[in-house]
Amino acid sequence: MLSACGGGKDEAAEKKEAEITFDKNPYPSTYSPYPNAPVLITNATILDGEGARIENGSLLLEDGKISAIGSDLEAPEGAMTIDASGRWVTPGIIDNHSHLGVYPSPGVSAHGDGNEISAPVTAEVWSEHGVWPQDPGFTRALAGGITSLQILPGSANLIGGRGVIVKNVPSRTVQGMKFPNAPYTLKMACGENPKRVYGYGGGRFPGGAPYSRMGNMAGYRSAWIRATEYKRKWDKYEKEGGEPPARDLELDTLAGVLNGDILVHMHCYRADEMAQIMDMSKEFGYKVASFHHAVESYKIADKLAEYGACSSMWADWWGFKMEAYDGIRENIPLVHKAGACAIVHSDSDVGIQRLNQEAAKAWSDGRKIGIDIPEEEAWTWLSINPAKSLGIDDRTGSLKPGKMADVVIWSGDPFSVYTKADQVFIDGALMYDRSTPESDPVTDFEIGQPGEGDRK
Amino acid sequence: MRKSLATALAAFTWLTTPALADTYVIRGESVWTGTSQGTIKNGVVVIEDDRITAVGGASMAVPDGASEISAKWVTPGLISAYSQTGLVEVGAEDPTNDALAAASVYSISLNAADGFNPDSTAIDVTRIEGFTRLVVAPQTGNTMFGGQGFIADTSGDLDTPLTEKAFTFIALGEAGAGLTGGSRASAMATLKAALDDGRTYPARYIANSEGDALKRLDAQAFSPAARGQQLIMVQAHRASDLNAVMDLAEEQPNLKFVIVGGDEAWRVAPRLAKLDIPVIVDAFSNLPSSFERLAATSENASRLAETGVAFAIANVGDSAQQARLASQIAGNAVANGLDFDEALAALTVVPAEIFNMTGYGTLAPGAHADVVAWDGDPLEVTSSPVAVIIDGEAQSLQSRQTRLRDRYLNLDESERPMAYHKP
Repeated sequence: MLSACGGGKDEAAEKKEAEITFDKNPYPSTYSPYPNAPVLITNATILDGEGARIENGSLLLEDGKISAIGSDLEAPEGAMTIDASGRWVTPGIIDNHSHLGVYPSPGVSAHGDGNEISAPVTAEVWSEHGVWPQDPGFTRALAGGITSLQILPGSANLIGGRGVIVKNVPSRTVQGMKFPNAPYTLKMACGENPKRVYGYGGGRFPGGAPYSRMGNMAGYRSAWIRATEYKRKWDKYEKEGGEPPARDLELDTLAGVLNGDILVHMHCYRADEMAQIMDMSKEFGYKVASFHHAVESYKIADKLAEYGACSSMWADWWGFKMEAYDGIRENIPLVHKAGACAIVHSDSDVGIQRLNQEAAKAWSDGRKIGIDIPEEEAWTWLSINPAKSLGIDDRTGSLKPGKMADVVIWSGDPFSVYTKADQVFIDGALMYDRSTPESDPVTDFEIGQPGEGDRK
Repeated sequence: MRKSLATALAAFTWLTTPALADTYVIRGESVWTGTSQGTIKNGVVVIEDDRITAVGGASMAVPDGASEISAKWVTPGLISAYSQTGLVEVGAEDPTNDALAAASVYSISLNAADGFNPDSTAIDVTRIEGFTRLVVAPQTGNTMFGGQGFIADTSGDLDTPLTEKAFTFIALGEAGAGLTGGSRASAMATLKAALDDGRTYPARYIANSEGDALKRLDAQAFSPAARGQQLIMVQAHRASDLNAVMDLAEEQPNLKFVIVGGDEAWRVAPRLAKLDIPVIVDAFSNLPSSFERLAATSENASRLAETGVAFAIANVGDSAQQARLASQIAGNAVANGLDFDEALAALTVVPAEIFNMTGYGTLAPGAHADVVAWDGDPLEVTSSPVAVIIDGEAQSLQSRQTRLRDRYLNLDESERPMAYHKP
């Protein structure tokens, strides 16, 4: 923490009163769960999101929470009972890499708010300030079973700014979507994008460093050196009082990483670069929560397991640039097999609609080379692992009693292309029901247009 | 350059009888023919040399000594109805990307086949997912005309036979407007002028090398299409843009069109059906991702089917390295209401018809032997081919990706670095 929160002793509290502090959460979540009667789901094949499977299982949702999981649960009074015979139930999918809202549909220039390209290090910007809550993409993702997502700045910058974690509920405001009390995250990027945008971006704005991967590393390290100094000043001030340091929006965020409050999510394709970044994080005393895209994680899965970073991956994207050239279909199962944390992510308003199919491809491709991962374990790629990477695994990401009732009832085995999300609950409220197209959410943008939602 | 059969066919029953190496008996629990035979349970397909010679039930007599393949499903080789596969090695590296010519002085005469590279790693990657033919469309550079598209197989042979100049690629809608001065009116004026130049070639060019819209060589290249002797592939989405194409088709009824994209095609489906204009759709495209796609829906394909419009399914959104996803996309179309047989036809029979690929796209006696044997339902994301046969030749199921995978299956460098590991 940058400012005083600790203490507890009276004299400490007195001392703090004199200090200048600042609000760490000036744009707080205003989301609260929508009402719903208790729901009892019965006769389902349940994947609990942490690796367990229950056949003919029951799940009880009450007061927005998972209240019980097992078999032969009793329906409380007033509960809606859903017979899920032949259907599957899982925790809602958590996509930890989305640009919905910051690169919304329609992709018009006026709404391209995801990259603050004005400098290679823009830790001072927050993606939530660029999110357009009327992006129709949120509603399409809902139909794909997405209940929470991380919206990141783009990868133009070395350090792109803060990400925001939201519940996938339609809202008039970003604050109305924000996942209550979720940690902040920081987006960083390796490789080709920063050096292309700045170094040789056709001579366009702004030019300059970095021109190379050498410049990329120098750019991060310079920023961390400044952040270390800033943190030192604040730590000293908090300990000793006196004149408060001048506040710096950029360094607030970077120091938040060094304090362990803000989680680093880093776009990084190549194995050798991820290895450099892991060393750099040790140099400055922080940890990478997850590498993103991580197309070459399979080459260093052992090192990633040892370090303890997640890899957020596609099932099969490859070849669109050099750092994606060595993509293979078995990346995800190979990372899983090495004991490292594997996550299926989208980075796409199309892919986010069917992350279950992406997991299914990876799961199947693993089996075909002898990596036989049970489906219930593979579902961790979509639930508890992304939740961990976002620091929200104590509240969502699995069907443990007491957690948020973020639940999907699938029409069948979600590892099949033919399976659809039948019902999606967020905090116990039924937010999507495939059987009632008339109840589909429609964004302001789509109202009065020739298509109102996906199914008009 | 025949691929190693041993590696291609390692995964299933294989009687080693070299005497009849080019005769195959392929047995499938489900054999999807794409013909009036429908799907044959426990069916058999016989291949002799480059042709299918028999398709029938399990009791059908088969040649002695043939190579036997058994699989869950057997289908015609899939056709990617819209691709840049073979033109692009690494999308972002311009020297390896021949999909478009942003600064060329030519337009319609650009012959994409000149850039086809059978060694492109994407070809193997696409083939081993069951695609045996690629319809390759050039992209637009600095005009609305991308140039001449072609059809290739996915053998990766250096002497891969190409059907060159199979169609002319044109962009209308927002892209076409942007490339012709800024409006749809400008795009349509340019297209009509170009058609006029093409139709009057060479007379108009005797005195002058410039037409109204086209240089001499471009007019020459456009003259077959302008005379109704070549297909015109038009990229367009908005219902009014599709209507503009159909207005043109009615004004000049000899012109032959296929729409690519067509996110709002369902809104004008009866007219498309009446004018017999087929559409290549991307069933993933369900977002209002631009103002010309406000009515995009994941039910586009199923609505076209209900109206009787001929359509193929392709990965229009990502068609160089990921053309292979067309089968997943077709599966999603089924999940959104399309009949399974129509979905599979949209990857086989229909693209063969659209592009006049006579003898491809079906399993029928006399047809060319492009055949895929699968370990499951071909539209299912967990399925993959166990054998891919192109014109009667069994193909390798290896790609650069599978080689990389095999290298890194075990991260053991205790004896030597990974570079010495070449499985």
